[in-house]
Amino acid sequence: MPITYTSGEQVEVYRFSIPVTIGVPLLALFVQAFIPLRFPRFAVYFDLPLLVTIFFAMARRNPIAGLFTGAAIGLAQDMLGHNPIGLYGIAKTVVGYGASSLGVKLDVENAGARFLVTLAFYLIHSAVYFTVARGLVNMTQNWSWLHGILAGLANAFLGVVLFFLLDKFKQRT
Amino acid sequence: MESVLGRYRNLIILVGVLFLQVLGLATQVKRGGNDPENTRLIRVWAVDAITPFERVLVWAQNGTGNIWHNYFYLRGVRAENRQLKDQIEQMRLEQVRLSEDAAQARRLQSLVAFKEQFISRTVAAQVIGSSGSDLSRTIYIDKGESAGIKRDMAVMTADGIVGKVLVAYASVSQVLLISDQSSGVGALLEKTRLQGVLRGTANGEVVLERVMSDEQVPVGETVLTSGGDQIFPKGLPIGIVTKVGNGKDLFLNIKVKPAADLSKLEEVLVLVENKERQATAEENVHIRASDILAQRLPSVPDKPAEASPAAGTTSGTAEGSTKPAVAKPAIKPAGAASTSTPAAKTPSGANSVPGAPASGISAKPAEGTSAGTPVATSAPKKSSPAAGTTAPDPKSGPSSTAPASAPPKPAQPSTPPDSSQPPAGESSPQ
Repeated sequence: MPITYTSGEQVEVYRFSIPVTIGVPLLALFVQAFIPLRFPRFAVYFDLPLLVTIFFAMARRNPIAGLFTGAAIGLAQDMLGHNPIGLYGIAKTVVGYGASSLGVKLDVENAGARFLVTLAFYLIHSAVYFTVARGLVNMTQNWSWLHGILAGLANAFLGVVLFFLLDKFKQRT
Repeated sequence: MESVLGRYRNLIILVGVLFLQVLGLATQVKRGGNDPENTRLIRVWAVDAITPFERVLVWAQNGTGNIWHNYFYLRGVRAENRQLKDQIEQMRLEQVRLSEDAAQARRLQSLVAFKEQFISRTVAAQVIGSSGSDLSRTIYIDKGESAGIKRDMAVMTADGIVGKVLVAYASVSQVLLISDQSSGVGALLEKTRLQGVLRGTANGEVVLERVMSDEQVPVGETVLTSGGDQIFPKGLPIGIVTKVGNGKDLFLNIKVKPAADLSKLEEVLVLVENKERQATAEENVHIRASDILAQRLPSVPDKPAEASPAAGTTSGTAEGSTKPAVAKPAIKPAGAASTSTPAAKTPSGANSVPGAPASGISAKPAEGTSAGTPVATSAPKKSSPAAGTTAPDPKSGPSSTAPASAPPKPAQPSTPPDSSQPPAGESSPQ
């Protein structure tokens, strides 16, 4: 993997072991499906697979790897629900591509940047999902800015903590 | 050309991946909208990857919880046990009344050759997972095709309906909750008998649609299944009306709070067999209220002595005993009769064993004799639903005012001192 340079500053590219690459997204899907049984509001505000997508995409800094990671995680998330497969897939593909493209250009290693990036990508993810669900599948969807921002903030907070934990699995190229 | 492809390689791949997914979506929508059965082969991979872990975790969680609850956390169990026994007593009385009503209904139905539906077999299942998204309100249960579960079977709890089976895999099933916006249940308002369609909303609320706006629907009315959807049998509880407002196109917007707590489901029942049969009057299964009460309540001696404060409570002794019983307070609630003392101490204590007649009480009084008088010595609580049906006025019986220290009486049939008073709640003479 090449080391990319941005504004003269060296930005490191990371990779992950195969168990982490497969296990962490699966764990995120599992936790996302299990916790709402005990805490029903969890599914309303948090999207762990999205956070994992953003983390892997930003750490790898490779748009193609990012979009495929997002597509795989999103499609798997679709399979657990009953809506047509591809809704989360499309939304997370866009997020994966965007996060890795941003990771190439910006230093997203500090907590503040991660917070803002996660908030922004949560809103982008919601917007893409909303558009596809209404436009292509004709699902009834209600857009709420208040809910979007609250959930975005909640995910951003969780993302900062989660990314800090997942940093332990990073391997330098 | 090559340089263009190289320059926009990432973007081209992104567009390609998105295009493929849009194509897949379009194919699914064209083939059958939201039907997950069309993509079963794809979904089964994700389900098989996730649900085994969920099953193990639920099992471990339940095991730990059971150890805690069964061995360590037993505080208050005695009091709770007493309370539950009281509740059983009240429910038994209520059951007698309801079985009489049901028998009457069956007789009437058989007269008009009515075909009734009944639930003949259910499978209990444990909830092991969810979709993890508020945009797809589904849960996973730990029983599948191997347990006889099929698509479109009704799923419920003791409180009310939960949803229907959407996809049945080999060992797990996906259940669509009634709060999902793609669900629909035929519903009926209990008192007004208005019919409508119950649907979920995007926010996870449950609303009753297709009720005309000129109808009066009171808040708090119970909503039942109407049976019109051919999935849920008629008469199962759905929930209660919480808000009524004007909706679109001359229809009311009725919000319903589900009777089953859809956010905290742990165990559910799947209705795997639902039969239809001709209604028949089952004459031999009648149990009269007086029979039940006679088994459960203390008898009254033939000749209540003046010195006896409570013939009903002092007439009994331990079987075979000749010693007089110690005088006890006369009035004791029916519920309390089941809670404490064994038969050797008070006759009413024998009633704690359902179906086991106390000594000195006939197991089944002759017709015409009633439990009305015995009830006078053990009036049920006011809150009991059966109170109005089984308990006459405590003042009416002589035993309630009789003085103390009546001599014990050996076992003999209970006879009402005042036979002119009919037992309240005896609604269906045989």
